[in-house]
Amino acid sequence: MDKEVFPLESRVNTPVVLSVSGLSKSFFGIEVLKDVSLELRSGEVHGLVGENGAGKSTLMKLLAGVHHRDSGTIELSGAPVDFSHPTQAHEAGLSTVFQEFNLLPDRTVAENIYLGREPRSGILVNRKAMLERTRELLDQLGITSIQPSTPVSNLSVAQQQIVEIAKAVSYDARIISMDEPTAALAGPEVELLYSIIGRLKERGVAILYVSHRLKEIFDLCDTITVLKDGEVVGSQPASSMDDASLVRLMVGRPISAYFPEVTPGTIIGEPLLEVADAGNEQLDSINLALRTGEIVGIAGLQGSGRTELVEAIFGAAPFTRGSMRLAGEAYTARSTRTAIQHRVALITEDRKSQGLSLNQSILDNALSVIRSVFPGRTNQARQDAPGVFSSLEVIARDLDQEVQYLSGGNQQKVVLAKWLAISPRLVLLDEPTRGIDVGAKVAVYNLMRALAAEGKAILMVSSELPEVLGMSDRVLVMRDGLIAGELSPTSTEEEVLQLATGARTEETPS
Amino acid sequence: MNRLSRLTSTHIVYLVVLLTVIVGTILVGSVGRSFFSTGNISDILTGTSVLGFIAIGQTLVILVGSLDLSVPYVISLSSLIAAGIMANQGANVLPGVLAALAISALIGLANGLVVSGLKVHGFIATLGMGLIISGYLATNYQGSSGQAPLSFRLIGATGLGPVPISTLIMLATAGLVLLMLNRTRVGHHIYAVGGDLGVARMSGIRTRTPIITAHVLCSVMAGLAGLLLAARLGVGSPTIGSQGGYDLLSIAAVVLGGTLLAGGKGSLVGTLGGVLIFAMLDNIMSVMQINPFLKDVVRGLVIVIAVAVYARRTVITRPPRFEKSSTTPAREVSA
Repeated sequence: MDKEVFPLESRVNTPVVLSVSGLSKSFFGIEVLKDVSLELRSGEVHGLVGENGAGKSTLMKLLAGVHHRDSGTIELSGAPVDFSHPTQAHEAGLSTVFQEFNLLPDRTVAENIYLGREPRSGILVNRKAMLERTRELLDQLGITSIQPSTPVSNLSVAQQQIVEIAKAVSYDARIISMDEPTAALAGPEVELLYSIIGRLKERGVAILYVSHRLKEIFDLCDTITVLKDGEVVGSQPASSMDDASLVRLMVGRPISAYFPEVTPGTIIGEPLLEVADAGNEQLDSINLALRTGEIVGIAGLQGSGRTELVEAIFGAAPFTRGSMRLAGEAYTARSTRTAIQHRVALITEDRKSQGLSLNQSILDNALSVIRSVFPGRTNQARQDAPGVFSSLEVIARDLDQEVQYLSGGNQQKVVLAKWLAISPRLVLLDEPTRGIDVGAKVAVYNLMRALAAEGKAILMVSSELPEVLGMSDRVLVMRDGLIAGELSPTSTEEEVLQLATGARTEETPS
Repeated sequence: MNRLSRLTSTHIVYLVVLLTVIVGTILVGSVGRSFFSTGNISDILTGTSVLGFIAIGQTLVILVGSLDLSVPYVISLSSLIAAGIMANQGANVLPGVLAALAISALIGLANGLVVSGLKVHGFIATLGMGLIISGYLATNYQGSSGQAPLSFRLIGATGLGPVPISTLIMLATAGLVLLMLNRTRVGHHIYAVGGDLGVARMSGIRTRTPIITAHVLCSVMAGLAGLLLAARLGVGSPTIGSQGGYDLLSIAAVVLGGTLLAGGKGSLVGTLGGVLIFAMLDNIMSVMQINPFLKDVVRGLVIVIAVAVYARRTVITRPPRFEKSSTTPAREVSA
């Protein structure tokens, strides 16, 4: 979407709808937000960026009434407000789309959207009115692919995210804050989100937009505020910034190259993993070869079979036909245990539910795989752990800390440490940098390069095309459970998208 | 399995009901009696009413994400209060009923407040409440006490054709609760709170209301079951509830009916199916004069198999894109 569609001048004179000043908040004596001030104007998209742990989510939760501020003022259209419950924020016209889904999977779209304020006739809920209003709401936002009476569990993750946004809009909000709304979206859904945001702007809704994807920030935002360590370190019109200057503000130091170069001495060697004519209920005709020292990226839309592919190789949802070879020997991943015994690692997409036991300690998480599959090596791994964590630059009080209190980036490092403990030959990464800050992203990229230099083979699934193109030696594009084609990392994002959406077809690589 | 996965668990429950009817017809027929005789149908329906009341209440608390283990003691207490106040006086029927239900409601309120306010899980909160009532009963009552007058006993004894009045009352109650669950805000919110407390809170629901409502109604239902038992026995009894094992049996009926033990998903109609299955199994096995211990074996098997079927269904969340075996001739999967 072009900048010109929403010219800067259109917002300069619009009234301030949200004014925050001197906001501070501490948790357990640690100051998470320090004297934060910002202004949001009607019809403006205001980008809020910063590394994980910079205080973005805390700021949104203070605005939404989830947490209560320690000091400072929040004014809506000039009137000071003091929310102690999310309902009050909704009633005042401020709604929030949180990073975690706030939907009930077993209830319908309409029931979810009108949860807590179901339309009634008498004392009974008027289901017809609820369905009609939902239909109108979705139509207004240009959403045609979602039916109000569908249970949410039948929707794709991306559609659920769209429902989440529709729900926020349904409160007649004048201000909507969105915490990483595109984390679960790819391609066409991102465009749908852009068009929804465009419609909201036209209505004069102000949007506070948190994202780690800098491209989106620049595509969508009129103003950008950068948070670092709980403080505002910059707030400027988007037109006055570029990627480099923004990243410098966020991390406080310039990142010369976002994606590290291939480590010198990395040799792409013999094929480590060979998959021939493999398939199951979600995948078909999978042929691929992955060499030692190689990083292969897998691109594709949400639901194209990317996750299913790595899960099949890892034995979580095994192939039911075809064959695989690992280092020249037949390899059948009947279960995840078999895969791990063959020293195959999978860093899953969903860190919180599949990657970590949130209420266990860092050390217990890091040792969980080795304990269950290679118990004899547990002691060695325990002795190595402090070294691994310091080399990964995990920031934590100590190794007994529960992982739920770590930031997303540090949690991901714990997941990586857990898998490094088995000295994997093949590392499968599913969205390895989702929801983590720039600093942690770079750490993940560096680790991938280092692993490749050690002769491991790496298969990385990612929705972020710059990441796929920036890190991979080769890029496989998936569509509808098939490998739609192979591209070189010098391809453009457009070429990848064309292949992923079927706008262009290519021979399956042999 | 594919066709099965398109059915809701309520459908499956009623398929099992149908299957039980067929098996019952054959087995009961094999000993020279009729499954569909007026007497037998009346027996089965009588069997549904007490458990039915309790399971309706249990459905509510399970849907809201809690549990109620205090029901057997509430049943006993309710029967004693009612029979005690009635003291064989027809004029005292109404005060007796109201007092029993009011005390039950208070117990439910206490359960609800502890669960929603003190954040004690229902399992523990109601286990504690059950122990408290049980101790009170053991201290104050040595055996049956009170006397239900004839007019009240008739409720337990009369019927419309083969359908006992008590079953009709139970079904009418179920209808009201069903309406509440599906068509009122508090009903929707019971599902929401049981589904995800955080989501419910973020949607502006006062999460204590549905939890307290469910617990109060659950105890009142147990109170109704106690009244019904008092009407049948003619007296109140301090052990009538615990003897029946109604706490676990009602939870089993709810789960058999397809409600998720974790809450948020399920239906009252399914629960009634679960109750009917248990009542028919009991009836069939009584008619067949099967060893009572074997009854429990059968009940146990039915519960575990049913839940295993539901669990299997929930795993299948995505439709397959390709056949399980190959579209092209499959190569031998290497060892």
